[in-house]
Amino acid sequence: MAPILKLVAQRVALSLLLLLMVSVLIFAGTMILPGDVAQSILGQSATPEALANLRADLGLNDPPVTRYFQWLWGALHGDLGTALTSGQDITTAIGSRLSNTMFLAFWAAAISVPLAIFLGLLAVRYQNRWPDKLISAFTLTSISIPEFLIGYVLMYLLAVKLRWFPSVAMINDSMSLGQKLNSIALPVTVLTLVVLAQMMRMTRAAILNVMQSAYIETAELKGLTMFKIIWRHAFPNSISPIVNVVMLNLAYLVVGVVVIEVVFVYPGMGQYLVDHVSKRDVPVVQACGLIFAAVYIGLNMVADIVSILANPRLRHPK
Amino acid sequence: MTKQLNYLALQAAMGRMSRREFLGRAAALGVTALGANTLLASAAKAAGPQKGGTIRIGIQGGSSADSLDPALAANATASSIGRLWGEPLVELDPMGGIWHRLAESYDASADARVWTFKIRQGVTFSNGKELTAEDVLATMERHSGEESKSGALGIMRGIKSMRAEGSDFIIELDEPNADLPYLLTDYHLLIQPGGGKDDPAAGIGTGPYILKSVEPGVRFVAEKNPNYWDDSLGHADTIEFIVINDDTARVAALQSGQVHMINRVPPRTARLVDRAPTIDVRETAGPGHYVFIAHCDKDPFANNDVRMALKYGINRQEMVDKILNGYGSIGNDTPINSSYPLFTELEQRTYDPDKAKFHMQKSGYDGSILLRTSDNSFPGAPDAAALFQQSLSAAGINLEIKREPNDGYWSEVWNKQPFCTSYWGGRPTQDSMFSTAYLSTADWNDTRFNNEQFDQLLYAARAELDEAKRTQMYADMSTMVRDEGGLVCPMFNSFIDGVSTEVDGWVDAKAGFELNNFYAPMKMWVKA
Repeated sequence: MAPILKLVAQRVALSLLLLLMVSVLIFAGTMILPGDVAQSILGQSATPEALANLRADLGLNDPPVTRYFQWLWGALHGDLGTALTSGQDITTAIGSRLSNTMFLAFWAAAISVPLAIFLGLLAVRYQNRWPDKLISAFTLTSISIPEFLIGYVLMYLLAVKLRWFPSVAMINDSMSLGQKLNSIALPVTVLTLVVLAQMMRMTRAAILNVMQSAYIETAELKGLTMFKIIWRHAFPNSISPIVNVVMLNLAYLVVGVVVIEVVFVYPGMGQYLVDHVSKRDVPVVQACGLIFAAVYIGLNMVADIVSILANPRLRHPK
Repeated sequence: MTKQLNYLALQAAMGRMSRREFLGRAAALGVTALGANTLLASAAKAAGPQKGGTIRIGIQGGSSADSLDPALAANATASSIGRLWGEPLVELDPMGGIWHRLAESYDASADARVWTFKIRQGVTFSNGKELTAEDVLATMERHSGEESKSGALGIMRGIKSMRAEGSDFIIELDEPNADLPYLLTDYHLLIQPGGGKDDPAAGIGTGPYILKSVEPGVRFVAEKNPNYWDDSLGHADTIEFIVINDDTARVAALQSGQVHMINRVPPRTARLVDRAPTIDVRETAGPGHYVFIAHCDKDPFANNDVRMALKYGINRQEMVDKILNGYGSIGNDTPINSSYPLFTELEQRTYDPDKAKFHMQKSGYDGSILLRTSDNSFPGAPDAAALFQQSLSAAGINLEIKREPNDGYWSEVWNKQPFCTSYWGGRPTQDSMFSTAYLSTADWNDTRFNNEQFDQLLYAARAELDEAKRTQMYADMSTMVRDEGGLVCPMFNSFIDGVSTEVDGWVDAKAGFELNNFYAPMKMWVKA
């Protein structure tokens, strides 16, 4: 078991190093944004005196390196600072936004991942016959249409015309789980349509690849049913590419849903980030960037580790 | 027939019949749509406001970076929410003039230099504290101190001293200003207990509602303040604001019945939205204008003939038709239009390529002209720039368009580059508009307009209490800006709001901002 632990430890250490490097990039990136925080906060109608007062107040005159280390030190202690614009504590504000994002991502993943894998298996079972073609056509169509357009079309049909679901996916703590699910029905549907194709195509391709192997032929000759062969023999051996693409899509569901959040007015991280970018609220942008990077790196690390664990050659090196 | 009509009108007013259905039935009785609408309006008033229920508003212009501190308010959401929990001393009357809020009355000395505001007695803040003139004083101090970050700082600059005496709040000005009450309608100046010096973002005031849930950029819920002093305001039990910045999503929320009213219906789709039987689109003319601004002190614009060529080379009607889709009115190269109190109509300048060509040749400049624009300078600005380019090319003038990024447009391009597209929201009076942007020493003199005579007139008009004389002075000043300034003003945009027929009590206005100067949620009621 020791070599495995070593491998996993290496992966985790590398991920942390990567995250540190990303934090430098994020900090440097936010430094070179054009425009001025004070001007953005006070808007077009600010006087020069008000601007100067606000700039001094926000500590915008300290050197960047000092500010980076102060920020990193705070972030390591779970203190992401306070928002320049509203004066709110960022950790608290992000907490509720992040949990909203996770809620949406969770339900989108809970529906799309099993569905994609099932459709992938189905496509392999009926390879090059009409179910396969139908599944491919449908998923490729849904991934080819821009997500905001799918959003608007569904909104028009299901919210404005049929009034089945609300067009505004507003959730808050006083709602029951059922109300929340009703509220996020449309964004979850759109997200499912968007991420379905890639996972389904990868599942199909990975399994078909394995299906060429000699042991599949052996299994066939033993007289196993097609579906059993796919499920018992082909799927476990193609798990690594599938997990990789699933993790990439999960990461997308957390960090890449800004457009859907805007269209459905969902109070998630993406909307929060965009609001603060446009206001030049640098501490919030940095905090969001750091969290997004952590999610991305974390999920990729999980994918790596799962691939290692799923591969006997890596599990038992000679 | 009259009896039947009145009955129908009452039914419609009570919400038992849609407005459209009523109009149809009235037409069947031989009544014109105009007459029927008037009848409906008076019946609605007769039916009276109904108490209770929840009014939901989908609002554009809010962000999770917003604060509840009224000094930092800079968008429609902040202004709307501020008016739920707080009140200013005076407010713009929707029909023009001053609407007294926390100031019961006011008086000016003969030279318009000392102003006394009588503070309403027996009003309490939502934390239980009674309103005093000291609170008013402290509030004004917070907005005017050297350290102030308030958006109202510019307005407060001309104040020499302030004091509270009993129930009076007294302002002494450096220079006379007959318009002071109008300046105090500024949306930042909400009266807070102790001036809000301890906790500016507490959201505690004397307003008709009390905030219950605050999620900046997402949702605000407020409940009726049981101790509110004015019965004519605040009919619904609960008011809920949902920030919906996406245009399509906002319209869809109104269409699907999730909200009762929205602001800023996109002009392109407004007529389509109005077709729905349950929605009325309301247009309110305002002082906001979409403009092209040239610096009068930079070449080639330093030559007035170049500026005149630009002014003659713009097709104003086409801009109103294509950029505003008809929801607006044509401009006349002055920032003043009929929504200002002492407005005089000037001779309308029209598109004349020959005159444009003449002025351009007279100026001796034959190079091309660089115009900077971005999408957020005003909606459709790049399209407007392209239209301008075409109308100028008919006069043989070559306009080059440079697209600038939205980010940083207001800090890097506007008020820095010699010629760009821009937007002005307007001000309540001529004096404040001219002092903000056309006085030679103003910080935001974004056309670098430097005219000694104009400056003198501006100061003289402030001290002039004779209305006829002031009106003439403002007309003269408008003429100066129009004929010598760097402002090319093709259009004034209207506010376009969408209102569901489930709520009633809309008041047509000719002053103020969108959603009935942000008072629609409080003036309207849910139909029983």
